[in-house]
Amino acid sequence: MAANFSSQEQVQGGIGVTEPGHAHDAHHDEHHEQSFLQKYVFSTDHKMIAKQFLITGIFWAIIGGTLSSLFRLQLGWPESTMEWLTPFLGKWIEAGKLNPEFYLALVTMHGTIMVFFVLTAGLSGTFSNFLIPLQIGARDMASGFMNMLSYWFFFLSSVVMFSSLFIETGPAAAGWTIYPPLSALPQAISGSGAGQTLWLVSMALFIVSQLLGGVNYITTVINLRTQGMSMSKLPLTIWSFFLTAVLGLLSFPVLFSAALLLIFDRSFGTSFFLSDIYIAGQALSNTGGSPILFQHLFWFLGHPEVYIVIMPAMGMVSEILATNARKPIFGYRAMIGSLLGISLLSFIVWAHHMFVTGMNPFLGSVFMFLTLIIAVPSAVKTFNWLATLWRGNIRFTTAMLFSIGFVSLFIAGGLTGIILGNAALDIQLHNTYFVVAHFHLVMGSSAFFGLWAGVYHWFPKMFGRMMDEKLGYVHFWLTFIGVYLVFLPMHYVGIAGFPRRYYAWTGFDTFSQFADLNKFISIAAIVAFFGQFVFIFNFFYSIFRGRRATENPWNSTTLEWTTPVEVGHGNWPGDIPAVHRWPYDYSKPGAAQDFIPQNVPYSQTQSSNLPYEREME
Amino acid sequence: MTTLGILLVLALLLVVFGLLFRLQILTSIFSGSSTREVGVSNRVNAILFVVFLVVGGAAFAWSFIDNYDKMNPPIASIHGLATEKMFWTTMVIIGIAFVLTQVLLFFYSYKYQHQDGRRAFFFPHNNKIEVIWTLIPAIVMAALVFAGWKEWTRITGPAPKDSVVLEVMGKQFNWLVRYPGRDQKLGVVNYRLIDAVNEFGFDLSDQSGIDDFTAGEIHVPKGHPVLLRIRSRDVLHAVYMPNFRVQMYAVPGMPTKFWFTPTKTTDEMRAQTGNPNFNYELACNQICGRGHFAMKMSIIVDEPDDYVNWFAQQKSFSEQNPEVLASFKQKSDKLVEKATVVPAAAAAVVPAAAKASL
Repeated sequence: MAANFSSQEQVQGGIGVTEPGHAHDAHHDEHHEQSFLQKYVFSTDHKMIAKQFLITGIFWAIIGGTLSSLFRLQLGWPESTMEWLTPFLGKWIEAGKLNPEFYLALVTMHGTIMVFFVLTAGLSGTFSNFLIPLQIGARDMASGFMNMLSYWFFFLSSVVMFSSLFIETGPAAAGWTIYPPLSALPQAISGSGAGQTLWLVSMALFIVSQLLGGVNYITTVINLRTQGMSMSKLPLTIWSFFLTAVLGLLSFPVLFSAALLLIFDRSFGTSFFLSDIYIAGQALSNTGGSPILFQHLFWFLGHPEVYIVIMPAMGMVSEILATNARKPIFGYRAMIGSLLGISLLSFIVWAHHMFVTGMNPFLGSVFMFLTLIIAVPSAVKTFNWLATLWRGNIRFTTAMLFSIGFVSLFIAGGLTGIILGNAALDIQLHNTYFVVAHFHLVMGSSAFFGLWAGVYHWFPKMFGRMMDEKLGYVHFWLTFIGVYLVFLPMHYVGIAGFPRRYYAWTGFDTFSQFADLNKFISIAAIVAFFGQFVFIFNFFYSIFRGRRATENPWNSTTLEWTTPVEVGHGNWPGDIPAVHRWPYDYSKPGAAQDFIPQNVPYSQTQSSNLPYEREME
Repeated sequence: MTTLGILLVLALLLVVFGLLFRLQILTSIFSGSSTREVGVSNRVNAILFVVFLVVGGAAFAWSFIDNYDKMNPPIASIHGLATEKMFWTTMVIIGIAFVLTQVLLFFYSYKYQHQDGRRAFFFPHNNKIEVIWTLIPAIVMAALVFAGWKEWTRITGPAPKDSVVLEVMGKQFNWLVRYPGRDQKLGVVNYRLIDAVNEFGFDLSDQSGIDDFTAGEIHVPKGHPVLLRIRSRDVLHAVYMPNFRVQMYAVPGMPTKFWFTPTKTTDEMRAQTGNPNFNYELACNQICGRGHFAMKMSIIVDEPDDYVNWFAQQKSFSEQNPEVLASFKQKSDKLVEKATVVPAAAAAVVPAAAKASL
């Protein structure tokens, strides 16, 4: 593989050294025919790995969505029979009713799958891999081999998690936050037996995958930028992937430690999180442990995790908005600054998930203060996106629609964070559907919209073909309307105090008033879910039968669009282009076209150069 | 048979969609619109954004107003009134921000849609605007933080000395309640002493526990501060009383607390809501297993006199379960016997029990 790169490129890309197949492939020389296994399965090419992450992510999204449709059926029609699901769910339908423990397993697995397998691995796994080398001008990741391992650890973790869906005692059912003691004691819920063990093993493998990937992304961004690509010329996508990787690298190990200690408590009789428990007719010998300690460890990852999910989406949306508004992103430096601010703050706000867990109220005050600060950089980003649209010349590609949708959803979900971050108000709203509505908008749907925007936008570079725009429009409008119909009414249910993770609310007078609304939400959710098959069809159809793409179909400025339509291993057939300017020279006055790619030197654009750029001609 | 029919219909529908899709592609190639960079759909999407804003906004406003009355659980505590006010004030502030930004987003999308021959305005940054829109949210946040912090400190501050104290304990899957009895002191409990009868794990060798009583529902007096002592004996639970705006986790091994002052008796609330069956409810709000969704207890707010009467009628746990008390007596007698033989060892094993029996 590496053998056909010129020596100069090897120095620049540096991958000749780290390619695992190097020695093996050396005797193939010029025509490096790759076997099927090398090209599609154990590939070290960042583009193929990105596609592997993407397709695995789509698989998981279908599973996660199906699970949510199942529990929405239960919540919408708590009284009706589910007998017809017996062929599908088997013994989890008891006398025509969904088993309540299996209901909890459904919500647990839905959360786990969506947060980790789709929106972490599927989102940043896909786009960090695909875009980092292409946009910074590198032949591949710093270590292709580690990159391959990252995917295969993820695959392994997926296999373990997926198999846990089918075991006798059911998958993990203690909520995606797996708070002990519930998650530690099989006597408490059957999902805390083998299902929870598999969950923990799977997450441990997942974390390994994340760390292998993260180290690679960071190293690549720092070391392999092409000539002229200073940090202040990086596209915002790369900034967001870079900071996301830093967050992951610093926070996932803490989750690993939490998982490890929980494994110890479950299997080896330690008492890190267990104390004074009498369960199933027996007093346990564990004393001195603290369930709150687990929550601190969990949320020390858990909170940065929501930014790990949302920041790549923010980066891609910034890029797509600028490209399709034909305008520079407004406040490029402020955008980087707010990403940095969000990254830093994301580490010191975790305990806002724990205001009413019995944590010292003074600590609650501190975390309330820090939490509300994070609204400021988020607001700055929103204003900058709006200013980017202002006086633009907007093309509504499907990616653009999803980016505008992203901004809309991010605002809608982000604003209610101001309420939940206020400890005094969180007393009432903690663990209600208000929280569910909030995070499904701000990190769930928004991140999904970022993911779709990215897929539609970079599909031509991934597969050399275009996705169908009309189907894309149908997909967007179905989803956009669907998401609002699901999650806006959910706020009402939350303000009324409906607790989350309830199998049914019919037992309480206090929670009796919204049966119709819950039915409505369920219908909207299920319809929106089925709408996704428009995307899935479009995606797979277009891989094989879509219109052929051109090299730079969106007239974009960044480096990936200087590669050929069918991007080969090594990305550029000749030399890697050098970079001369920032990535957002759209509609520059005096320029011949309404975009100037990053690799065009100032000497060729004298008519449009700004005064301070003249020196660089 | 019906399933087969449904599957057939679905398959036919898919075929129809597939054909329509092909047709659309072929016509767009034929009309040449597939090669045009910006086609009619650009305009359609721009208009749809405005339609979405207007219709969606109207639908949202209508549904919000329509559901408003059902949304607010009636309030029955002093701090609840304060947080409720803060909640709706914050909602108004974020509502304004929501409307402004959404209107701008969709309006800009419409107004600045692509036009042939026009060029976007090259406007990379403007420090003045950026400083302004960084400062405004910062100031608003500072105000909200301050208000929230003041209220939070007041709510979580120490309970008044004359508070009525009771203990709520969560277990899979119901709540247990214990009152301190006449001496106003909750007796010592120990989770190792729990069994089917002694569900709290009363250690009756502690004198202050002798008059403690348990109850099937919570009674509290109107207008008096109430201090809930909260614990769990198995997994996490959360005491959630929506009408009082009260929520606190029940944590095994770590007792927690929350105090509040009820302002309306159950009867008053029945009159106010027009629902003769109204009851204040305590729900579990932290996932705890199979019966999580059904873990409920009623709370009765009495007039203070009624509360005193109710309190006086309750029989203590030890009185209702003399055999438990007797077993503790026996144990401590044995301990005393032993203590005379090997005093040091006995004292080391159960000093509290020994002390109480002496």
